[in-house]
Amino acid sequence: QKVSVEVLDHLEHLALVDFRDSEGVERLQKAIQFADQLHEVNTDGVEPMDSVLEDRCLYLREDDVTEGNCTKELLENARGTVEEYFVAPPGNIPLEKLQGRNTYLQGS
Amino acid sequence: MAARGCGRVWCWARQLCAGRPGPGSRSRPFPRRQRTVACNARGGAVSAGKSGLAPWIPVVGLEIHAQISSNSKLFSGSQVQFAAPPNSLVSFFDASLPGTLPVLNRRCVEAAVMTGLALNCHINKKSLFDRKHYFYADLPAGYQITQQRVPIAVNGSLSYSLCIDNKMSQMVTKTVRIKQIQLEQDSGKSLHDDTRSQTLVDLNRAGVGLMELVMEPDMCCGEEAAAAVRELQLILQTLGSSQAVMAEGQLRVDANVSVHRPGEPYGVRTEVKNINSIRFLAKAVDYEIQRQIEELGNGGTILNETRAFDSKLGCTVPMRDKEGKQDYRFMPEPNLPPLILYDAKSLPANMNHQQVINIDWIHERLPDLPSVKREKLVEQYGILPEHSFTLLNEDGLAEFFESVVKQTQMKPKKVIGWILNDLLSYLKQHSLTVKESPVSSFLLADLLNLLEKKEISSTAAKQVFAELWKGEGKTPLETVKEQKLELLQDQKELEQICQAVIDGQENE
Repeated sequence: QKVSVEVLDHLEHLALVDFRDSEGVERLQKAIQFADQLHEVNTDGVEPMDSVLEDRCLYLREDDVTEGNCTKELLENARGTVEEYFVAPPGNIPLEKLQGRNTYLQGS
Repeated sequence: MAARGCGRVWCWARQLCAGRPGPGSRSRPFPRRQRTVACNARGGAVSAGKSGLAPWIPVVGLEIHAQISSNSKLFSGSQVQFAAPPNSLVSFFDASLPGTLPVLNRRCVEAAVMTGLALNCHINKKSLFDRKHYFYADLPAGYQITQQRVPIAVNGSLSYSLCIDNKMSQMVTKTVRIKQIQLEQDSGKSLHDDTRSQTLVDLNRAGVGLMELVMEPDMCCGEEAAAAVRELQLILQTLGSSQAVMAEGQLRVDANVSVHRPGEPYGVRTEVKNINSIRFLAKAVDYEIQRQIEELGNGGTILNETRAFDSKLGCTVPMRDKEGKQDYRFMPEPNLPPLILYDAKSLPANMNHQQVINIDWIHERLPDLPSVKREKLVEQYGILPEHSFTLLNEDGLAEFFESVVKQTQMKPKKVIGWILNDLLSYLKQHSLTVKESPVSSFLLADLLNLLEKKEISSTAAKQVFAELWKGEGKTPLETVKEQKLELLQDQKELEQICQAVIDGQENE
């Protein structure tokens, strides 16, 4: 069962990944097939586990101010700054629709 | 009648915006007219149909984000503070630098439990954290940690009061169901610089703890929505779990609005954002209801979209960022185990006290909620429910009233008149809060004592009050003497004056 172009396109929009070529898509295909093996196990009445930490105690921190005040350090990594603000593009620039993009997916 | 501050919910003008809808909208402008939607006793709003068609039923649901009042953030130790130098209250975790992990703040959990209990919710002894993914410059991690699957509290209710028909005499109690309360992170702040085509990002707010309260769509108009939010605000402030000041973004409200014909399924809903005050909430909701009714009445359709409220024009407009339906790809937060809460029965014997949150312990220590305080005032002082409603609605007014009552012989039932009719109207006229009142409770009590002892008339008392308002530091007695307002008690003197008046008349 192949993953449709629509789904791949949707994933590229959501996660900003680039499947780039047939090898990338094939790798995704194989990963899904691998995970599908889980369906062979009968999990009726079994609560799904979403973390191996589920039996651990969630540590509660006291409400004290212990961090912050490191503006300089944080801004060091930024490509551009303006008066101690990070600079970002004016808004989200969504990926163009499939027809407009020059990518592998369009050709497939 | 114009609104006087956000507390006086029932005095709002029932008029819609006059102006054109925002740019990009294809619908024709509204004429200014009275709201034709009136909420009947059951709460279902009914439109006065012009052509005798079946009425429209508006449905309003609210999503409210309340910033938790705490020293530090939800998952990190950086400070929570309004208006600090940009990016000065940001830890490495808040900036989503690699290698950092979330550590849950105990105070935030307690705040959520308190709020859930006050709103009659069931507190989930086990709740989970999830990641909600979307891209935006003020969300450095690319996801928000929230509680989508199993939130901390569910199935509660909020009761609030409304005045029927703009009169202060009849109040009705309504209830809105609370679907759930969840803990989640706030995002940073984006400042849009359109001239330079860039966005400036300040992460001071990123990671601050929020309680998201989801209400069921049990409301039918702007007035109900506003009254419910006002009551919630008072509850949060009484609990101290949030300061809930809308102007500072500590309380944010999004409204979901739709209309449908009776007997038919719910209509398509729109989400209205950018509502910055309780007054605007009522306006936005009512506008959107009318807009939808108009649109459907003209044979149009309602899009499932997000709209922004434009407070200047008083209308809702479609929001710019039309990215279609968002897919948040929820997944469990792998770095946080389930949050376990205890009660008296399930309290573990050997655990460190600091690591245990006991729901029953918190419940025992909840302060009196506004509804309870109101009842106590009515019982203790014999005032009307409407009076106690107003007392609690104005910050500090109830305390002022009680202080005056303590210092005067005048009966509380009479004092309340002075508080609500005189003091409050002066405060509103001058846009002052109770704390800023030039007349202290001591001075007012002094004045009322003079009145009670019949040393001055009530007309004179009003005159003295006006004088006291100037805040020149004179006592009531000094003002009375200055303006010669004392009631004459001497029989002979009174006779002389009357005689003089009569004589004067005869001469004309």
